[in-house]
Amino acid sequence: MSDADTSLSKPSLGKLFWVFLVMGATSIGGGVVAYLRTGLVVRQRWLDDVTFVELLSISQTLPGLNATNMSILVGDRLRGGMGALVATLGMCLPGASLMIAAGFLYGAGGDGPWSKAFLHGIAAGAVGLILVVLVQLGAKTLKTFADYVFVAATAVAVAFFKVPVPYALIVAGIVAIWWHRPRDKDVP
Amino acid sequence: MKQLWDLAGVFAYLSLLTIGGGMAAFPEMKELTVDTYHWVTFPELLHFYSLGQLAPGPNMMMVASIGVTVAHIPGALVALVAFFLPTGLLTFFIGRLWTHLATWRWRPAIQTGLGSVAVGLVLAGAIIMGRGAITQFFFGVIALAVFLLLWRTKINPAYPVVASGLIGMALHYFNIA
Repeated sequence: MSDADTSLSKPSLGKLFWVFLVMGATSIGGGVVAYLRTGLVVRQRWLDDVTFVELLSISQTLPGLNATNMSILVGDRLRGGMGALVATLGMCLPGASLMIAAGFLYGAGGDGPWSKAFLHGIAAGAVGLILVVLVQLGAKTLKTFADYVFVAATAVAVAFFKVPVPYALIVAGIVAIWWHRPRDKDVP
Repeated sequence: MKQLWDLAGVFAYLSLLTIGGGMAAFPEMKELTVDTYHWVTFPELLHFYSLGQLAPGPNMMMVASIGVTVAHIPGALVALVAFFLPTGLLTFFIGRLWTHLATWRWRPAIQTGLGSVAVGLVLAGAIIMGRGAITQFFFGVIALAVFLLLWRTKINPAYPVVASGLIGMALHYFNIA
């Protein structure tokens, strides 16, 4: 891949942890991918764009969140297994600490009418946010009419017929993968 | 102690469903944490999820809040490790393998096929979440406004989400909701 590209430098473990910690603390409002690209490709120059997009496509295909999957893949690329570990810890530490604190605060006073009103408001806002994520994800992923059929079938089965997600995932996944199977005409 | 094992089992299982994003695991998360184990109520789950969208870093750190509710700090740590370790290991090993599969003929099929199923799972999560969060007309208006704003502009999502919370308080003040 970029092994021949000597202009890309490899950081120390401490530096790797620090850079991911900063991204983990500042990437407020989702969209971690944009922060990752700015941090890793533009500012640190640890990755080129081709590698970044390749790692991102792996992150999106595998289970797990994009932010942590990217931390693992990038950390591994730069510093092996330990790199993957410190990058992931750095990425997770700030948000995890905040949400642990939020759990305690909620237990202490989250039932008050004002905090309930606030939380109900942000829940409605979060629905708007997830719809945008959905539209963006769909625009990137869905190419043919059949893809929209797979989306609708999966969503209706899970949300309306209460089909357990693993069954939906396996059945729809196999059908969809088979539908897109490599054809003989694709052979160069 | 048994609660910690339950937490570990539930969140390890949920982590494997997060294809296409954390929202894909939301339907099963609701089923398990609310209906099966009664760790949180549905409104509490929605509140934690939404707060989690305001926290920096990966957007499912709210699993730590559920862990705290069940078993304080140990609960939070167990939930976090269970939620991130299994998929983490999977990504680590498949990530090393994946580059060797660059020319594998099934790779694009898997990527496109799983992609559309993942969008379907996120949509299911959004529907289930919407049922809980959009309980009144005004909350529907808030969701729609945030959607349009984020769809049409490039502003940081944290601002409209916090603004939604303030509007929620205003609705409460005027006794509308």
